[in-house]
Amino acid sequence: MIWDNAFAVSIIPQLLQGLVVTVEITLLGTLIAALLGLALAILRRLAIPVVSQVVTFAVVFIRGTPLLVQAYCAFFVLPDYGISADAFTTGAIVIGINYSAYMAEVYRSGIQGVHIGQWEACTALGLPATRVWGRIILPQALRTVVPMLGNYLIQMFKDSAVLSAITVVELLGTAQAIGSSNFRYLEPLTIAAILFLIISYPSSRLVNRLERRYAPQH
Amino acid sequence: MRPSTEPVPLQTGALSESELAKPGPIIAFENVSKSWGSNHVLKSLNFDVQPGEKVSIIGPSGSGKTTILRILMTLESPSEGLVSVDGDVLWNVAPGEKPKETRQLRQTRRKIGMVFQQFNLFPHMTALENVVEAPIHVLGMEKAEARERAADLLNLVGLSKHMNHTPPQLSGGQQQRVAIARALAMRPKVMLFDEPTSALDPELIGEVLNVIRNLAQSTDMTMLMVTHEMRFAEEISDRVVMFDHGRAVESGAPEQIFKNPLEERTRTFLRAVLQR
Repeated sequence: MIWDNAFAVSIIPQLLQGLVVTVEITLLGTLIAALLGLALAILRRLAIPVVSQVVTFAVVFIRGTPLLVQAYCAFFVLPDYGISADAFTTGAIVIGINYSAYMAEVYRSGIQGVHIGQWEACTALGLPATRVWGRIILPQALRTVVPMLGNYLIQMFKDSAVLSAITVVELLGTAQAIGSSNFRYLEPLTIAAILFLIISYPSSRLVNRLERRYAPQH
Repeated sequence: MRPSTEPVPLQTGALSESELAKPGPIIAFENVSKSWGSNHVLKSLNFDVQPGEKVSIIGPSGSGKTTILRILMTLESPSEGLVSVDGDVLWNVAPGEKPKETRQLRQTRRKIGMVFQQFNLFPHMTALENVVEAPIHVLGMEKAEARERAADLLNLVGLSKHMNHTPPQLSGGQQQRVAIARALAMRPKVMLFDEPTSALDPELIGEVLNVIRNLAQSTDMTMLMVTHEMRFAEEISDRVVMFDHGRAVESGAPEQIFKNPLEERTRTFLRAVLQR
């Protein structure tokens, strides 16, 4: 198969639309993962008897099963139980929940990295728990985890291609659709790969810079 | 002769008339023990501090000195015994029982302030923000009032020029002075100092000791200090207590402890630390 330039140019607008969907689902998924992951990390740390065990089990379950299986279950099985949403929404929620389990670990390490003296100072001053978390511990913990969360964002950007399996029309799904209707896969898949790279490579560079900036200064 | 293994009663030192007239100790440890597994940090300690008294605790590392402060600040719980502060029970742990926080713990803890060896300032907040945090969010003080008082306190510790600096921008001595201001902002009845100068470069120790000395001389706050600064302890304390192996070996007026210690253990310890 020889590269067809005219065909390649003609499919770029369609692929860019797919890229927009990929970016949207990544941002929405990251938002869900970042918030839910933080909630999971705090819940585990609070060590409330039953809650902590449920959270720990959920994290083990999510990390121990493939994203594709979770996406299939959410899209094809949950509607049988009356829970259904369109492919895009389902995809964003599934990938968000999936990544929240990983981000929870990142937050946990950040929280553990805060010196114990900070907790002791809070106790000595008698600060209420909301203040301890919101003003003292998290601002210090989050600083160190920002670059790691950035890495997960880039990984999610690439992983979101899996969601084409549940008919989300993101970049890979678009490329596949173009390929099967024209019987030419070389151009759409190559351009899709290049578009992934155009976004992910500069993003990785940016995260590296963040890592240097947020590196511990002492 | 080996030092006696019996706990020494600590109220043997002569008390002045005014001290005798006061209602009772502000800090009381009754048969308090603390152990980590087989390591007995405190062994049925009986220890009182009178209101307004300035007490220094001296002794070798690992003798349980810091544990006393940490139990008072509720950073650690005793394995057994009764601890009360200003008449309120802070800890009451029966032998073999799991330590439980008493109901009034939160209220009682408010009467106590603590200055840590490692300062433990909040590094992402300015000196002023460090000092106003608890008055606003624990005492419910108005922001303007809290800031005004914080500015006064920072001025008191000689840091009015550094109010808007964050801890990483301050020297160790300056950080410790901010930490003292932060603890004072809660108007505690009892101040605990846990080796406040041990983490400091030698040339910065003086500025922190000056602040503590001024406090000792100008306030009726009860002060309990663990320190290795023997001359300073001698100068500012009403009473010095020598600790070793989880027990109070000897307690008395500073002149007596430093010039004429009764116990052999105190003598050997002082000889070792003062001869450096």
